[in-house]
Amino acid sequence: MASIERIIRLAFGACALLLLVMAAPATAQQVNPTASAVKEQQLLQELNRIQGRVSIPDQRSGVLEQPQGREWREFRNVTLRWVGGVAILGMIAIIVIFYLSVGMVRLEAGRSGRTIVRFNMFERFVHWMTASCFIVLAISGLNITFGRPLLLPLIGFEAFSEWSQWAKYAHNYLSFPFTIGVVLIFLMWIGGNIPNKVDVDWARRGGGLIGHDHPPAYRFNAGQKMIYWIVVIGGGLVAITGYALMFPFYMTGIEAMQMAQIVHSIVAVLFVAAMIGHIYIGTIGMEGAFEAMGSGEVDVNWAREHHSLWFDQETARAGPDDGQSRPATEAAE
Amino acid sequence: MARMKFLCDADRCIECNACVTACKNEHEVPWGINRRRVVTINDGKPGERSISMACMHCTDAPCAAVCPVNCFYTTADGVVLHSKDLCIGCGYCFYACPFGAPQYPKVGNFGSRGKMDKCTYCAGGPEADGSKEEYEKYGANRLAEGKLPLCAEMCSTKSLLAGDGEIIAQIYKERVLKRGYGSGAWGWKTAYRETIES
Repeated sequence: MASIERIIRLAFGACALLLLVMAAPATAQQVNPTASAVKEQQLLQELNRIQGRVSIPDQRSGVLEQPQGREWREFRNVTLRWVGGVAILGMIAIIVIFYLSVGMVRLEAGRSGRTIVRFNMFERFVHWMTASCFIVLAISGLNITFGRPLLLPLIGFEAFSEWSQWAKYAHNYLSFPFTIGVVLIFLMWIGGNIPNKVDVDWARRGGGLIGHDHPPAYRFNAGQKMIYWIVVIGGGLVAITGYALMFPFYMTGIEAMQMAQIVHSIVAVLFVAAMIGHIYIGTIGMEGAFEAMGSGEVDVNWAREHHSLWFDQETARAGPDDGQSRPATEAAE
Repeated sequence: MARMKFLCDADRCIECNACVTACKNEHEVPWGINRRRVVTINDGKPGERSISMACMHCTDAPCAAVCPVNCFYTTADGVVLHSKDLCIGCGYCFYACPFGAPQYPKVGNFGSRGKMDKCTYCAGGPEADGSKEEYEKYGANRLAEGKLPLCAEMCSTKSLLAGDGEIIAQIYKERVLKRGYGSGAWGWKTAYRETIES
């Protein structure tokens, strides 16, 4: 027994010695094992992010480091607040100055007492569905950007969090009817919103906003066409980028989500500023304008003054009844 | 007070994933969420390195800066924590984080990111230290018991170091000096705007 044991021990010893002898040249060379090792700064310079392999199921966690969140942070905390603040407060300032100096744009001929249908039930439904969603989306969205510096100090952490939580749910869920509204607006009013030569003249005369000028216009004047395209393009952009953020990683990685948030928020604050202008003109800015979306019927004199070409088309279609009361000068235009 | 930091010595990490498992078990982390992960770079190629990564508890933390409801706070030990009662699950911290630390449990239908979850440096949350509520929301509070994060404590090769930033940096420097090489303190420049020469 003892002899067998000794033989085994000897054999092992010989093997170990052999290994040592073979390994000796390698250790003698003083190999630096990090000579070819990956370096953090070098990887960051190459790609601005470091990605590798993970053995857990969540493959997205393979991104080790992506410092570009810093630029996004700068945008979200500084740039966006400036752009949004200037756009929205600037728009409000312009409106206030305009209202104080010019006041409500009156109907020059006064009310005729007769009305003409401008928007039917369905058009008004789509408008108000989109508009009411937009107001909630705008307030809940502005809360994410401006709530922390403005509202949080006033109402405290718990109340602000509670409100923001509900605002987030509203923002997410109302995005769906809003998107449907934008699509319907695009389809139902595209016919009247293709820019044409009349718009050039309308825009050159400043839309008749100042003074008593009334440049001719079809159903939608150049200003309304602008609002239309802001809603369609702006609404489309916020919808696409919004869904990219709402369903993380379904469409994009994290860098594209930062980009999506930048586009979403910039377009949104400009959209809000444009809509403030739209709300002003549609309510206290112009006599007789609200009825178009209120009851759907506008005064004939309003239609004559602001949409003379559309009024001509409508009366021509409706028959000579309305056409008789039309002054010759209007028709000449 | 100490300034707590993590340091992963990539030349020692053997990608055993024990830190990942220990973290999940210690805190009973929700399904689908990994507060810590091991990323292998240049896998199978010369110069391959593995790095264990979690929340780095950054100086001037980006997550805290962009949070719309201001739910983050930094403890006296420099640990970045957050309140799940205040978090609204908007995803902003996750856009800002350089290390992919914030994660959200899937709650309800589309868009409803749950309350954000991330590494707490084994320091719990705003609830009373060691309370049941704290454990349920954030996991164990080892720091309050005078212990360091479990991932680093049980690292078999002592690759992952946790503790006061100056002390673990010193340990790392001595290692680099003794063995003659080191691939650097991964993430330190991004997280703490400083680095350890190697």
